[in-house]
Amino acid sequence: MHHVILERWSRGGSWLHHRDPRAKTAALLILLVLIATSHAGFWLLGAAYFAVLVAALAWARLPLGGALARSAIVLPFSLVFAAISLLAGDPARAGALVVRSYLSALAVLVLISTTPLPELLRGLESMGVPRFLLMVVQFLYRYLFVISEEAQHMRAAAVARGGARWRAAAGALAVLFARSYARAENIHQAMLARGFGGHFELLLGSRFGWADAWFLLAAGGGAAAIRFAIERVAR
Amino acid sequence: MTPLIAVHGLRFRYDDGTRALNGVDFQLYPGETVALLGANGSGKTTFVLHLNGLLAGEGEIEVCGMQLSKDTLPRIRQKIGLVFQDSETQLFMPTVLEDVAFGPLNLGLSPAEAVDRAHHALHQTGMAEAARRAPYHLSAGEKKRVAIAGILAMQPEILILDEPTTSLDPPGQRDLVQLLRDLQQAKILVTHDVAFAEALAQRACFFEGGRIVATGSVSELVDRFGWSKIESCAP
Amino acid sequence: MPRFFSSCYGEESVHIPDGFLATPVWATLDAAAAPAVVYLARRAQRGFQESQAPLLGVMGAFVFAAQMINFPVGAGTSGHLVGGALLAYTLGPAPAAVVLTAILAIQALVFQDGGILALGPNIVNMALAGVAAGYLPFYFWGRRGRRAAMFLGGMLSVLVSAALALSELLISRVPMPGTVLWISVVLFTISAVLEGAITVAVMGALEAINPNCVRHRAGGGGRVLGALASAALLLAVVGVLFASTHPDGVEKLLHIVPPNSAAWLRKAVAGLTGVALIFGACLLFGRLAARHRSA
Repeated sequence: MHHVILERWSRGGSWLHHRDPRAKTAALLILLVLIATSHAGFWLLGAAYFAVLVAALAWARLPLGGALARSAIVLPFSLVFAAISLLAGDPARAGALVVRSYLSALAVLVLISTTPLPELLRGLESMGVPRFLLMVVQFLYRYLFVISEEAQHMRAAAVARGGARWRAAAGALAVLFARSYARAENIHQAMLARGFGGHFELLLGSRFGWADAWFLLAAGGGAAAIRFAIERVAR
Repeated sequence: MTPLIAVHGLRFRYDDGTRALNGVDFQLYPGETVALLGANGSGKTTFVLHLNGLLAGEGEIEVCGMQLSKDTLPRIRQKIGLVFQDSETQLFMPTVLEDVAFGPLNLGLSPAEAVDRAHHALHQTGMAEAARRAPYHLSAGEKKRVAIAGILAMQPEILILDEPTTSLDPPGQRDLVQLLRDLQQAKILVTHDVAFAEALAQRACFFEGGRIVATGSVSELVDRFGWSKIESCAP
Repeated sequence: MPRFFSSCYGEESVHIPDGFLATPVWATLDAAAAPAVVYLARRAQRGFQESQAPLLGVMGAFVFAAQMINFPVGAGTSGHLVGGALLAYTLGPAPAAVVLTAILAIQALVFQDGGILALGPNIVNMALAGVAAGYLPFYFWGRRGRRAAMFLGGMLSVLVSAALALSELLISRVPMPGTVLWISVVLFTISAVLEGAITVAVMGALEAINPNCVRHRAGGGGRVLGALASAALLLAVVGVLFASTHPDGVEKLLHIVPPNSAAWLRKAVAGLTGVALIFGACLLFGRLAARHRSA
């Protein structure tokens, strides 16, 4: 399952893995904005950024094929609109759609496969995202596959039982809902039993050091420089 | 010897009117291990949930010399470590370390001290290498040990385990017995597993209809109530 | 052709990837979504208690898992629950919005389903407008004709989020010739009807298990107010759709922008007007929900 693979990838030991999640998040956002707002010298820029991202993957010692394939999830959507653009006689737009969406997905994948999600969430909190929302995301992620497994079992059971499928499906969902709700109550009890007082105390986040600052400068500044240079050339 | 836990006349009724506890008297003395036996629905789990205030009934409960009340709850919840039946629900944080540190952080320790306690407790239960892992990927036995570590990190005086051998394979059960034998705290074991109870408990209480109807050694109660497994059924 | 489209639209909800929306569109919607999410997170938190977080997280996981349960529609296709309306009825609208936001974040980060810069638009479409549209019919008509209100709510939540997504794509000049547009509209309408039916079915089964599951009973408030609010929301959505296909027309109507200004500016203003209408509707709904809570 993808979730399992991501867990393994994100806990690697490369230099990139050790960087502060805030630096990586900021670098990602800069790159995404650069990609989204570009309009000239498109193919060249796409190739350059692609090379940078592939280099990052290699440096992080991540499987290239797996990462490139995973980002291709976005392609069915993009290729449809690219095809429409081509038919409408706008090949530039077609290219832009595919390149932008794929590169953006790849960039996000680089972030998430070099940063364990809990660390990423801590970093986001110190960047201003409300803690409550991040705790919801954290619990969602924790129980995502637990409950999905339950759903799979229920689906198998419902199929085996046959009968009115719409009714069976609604019943299965209702049971899954009730079980999930009950599970949440049990979690709350377990939290209370260990002294939960209404406020989540969290472990320290990471420290933003010189290496992180240099990384952000290099990544963000480098990406901007690349675009600037290519747009000059394209003109 | 003053008991660590003294319960007198505990009564409890669920919202729908079912009377779950019908006047329970109970004592737990330092260093001893008591097994709670009885049929499903006889009130064993309901009873232990009262000891750290997760459920509130009528009657007197005294823990480590403190009367159970809203003011004493935080301290009592540090004294009593409750290991729930479902480890998936008990390990609700995204990583093992964060989960084990949850209790100490709630007790007011600094993050550094909490991490220290967590590492120590993980070491005690033999799960030191799992610190950075996500609970979802652990085996049932490993989850149980991490759950116990999470309790030990709070330095309780009393351990309560609710059906701890559920979903443990025989080697896992043996490991658990070994681990519990090495721990000094007084223990209450809610269990169906007679062999498990016999291996650890000096005495046992038999629950029936919301009351303790008999106390004695595990084997005495097994003989008296025919509380044996299938293999001793005459064909 | 239709099956091709439904396979790439994937589910009933469109998660817009990065690279599709024009900069003014995603930037505006990111700026609009951020304060809204902060506000709703605070409302859902209920004072200073953070103990709701596990419940909302687990219910978010439920919505994810619910995608696996198929509701057969015939001809080998089946639908599944999107969940905005269902969450609004069982948890309340503000918590539902927070759950959906969390779901969108996980989908974008972990599954690369939906973009990061596009999170703002996706949140506005599904977590804000979709939940509001799903909750309003129930809030105003839920006491009488509850099943109809839930069906309408489920339907509207999908319709509104899909219409908004479509509009945003159109405003961003994503190529969508007439046939494609109409096919999309038809597909979304079918999904919307499905969502209504599934929502009613699941809520019915839920109430059989636990009659107290509907946490937020329909409040008071006149039928007229309800009709007005729903109409405002629908108007806003239709308005955005219209504006996105005829940006020049809207400008002439409103005399806002001088005729010689850049095309993107005109489109942005047109889109912004639509978004402002939506935002206004959401604020109105927020105020109503607040009154309901204190009642």
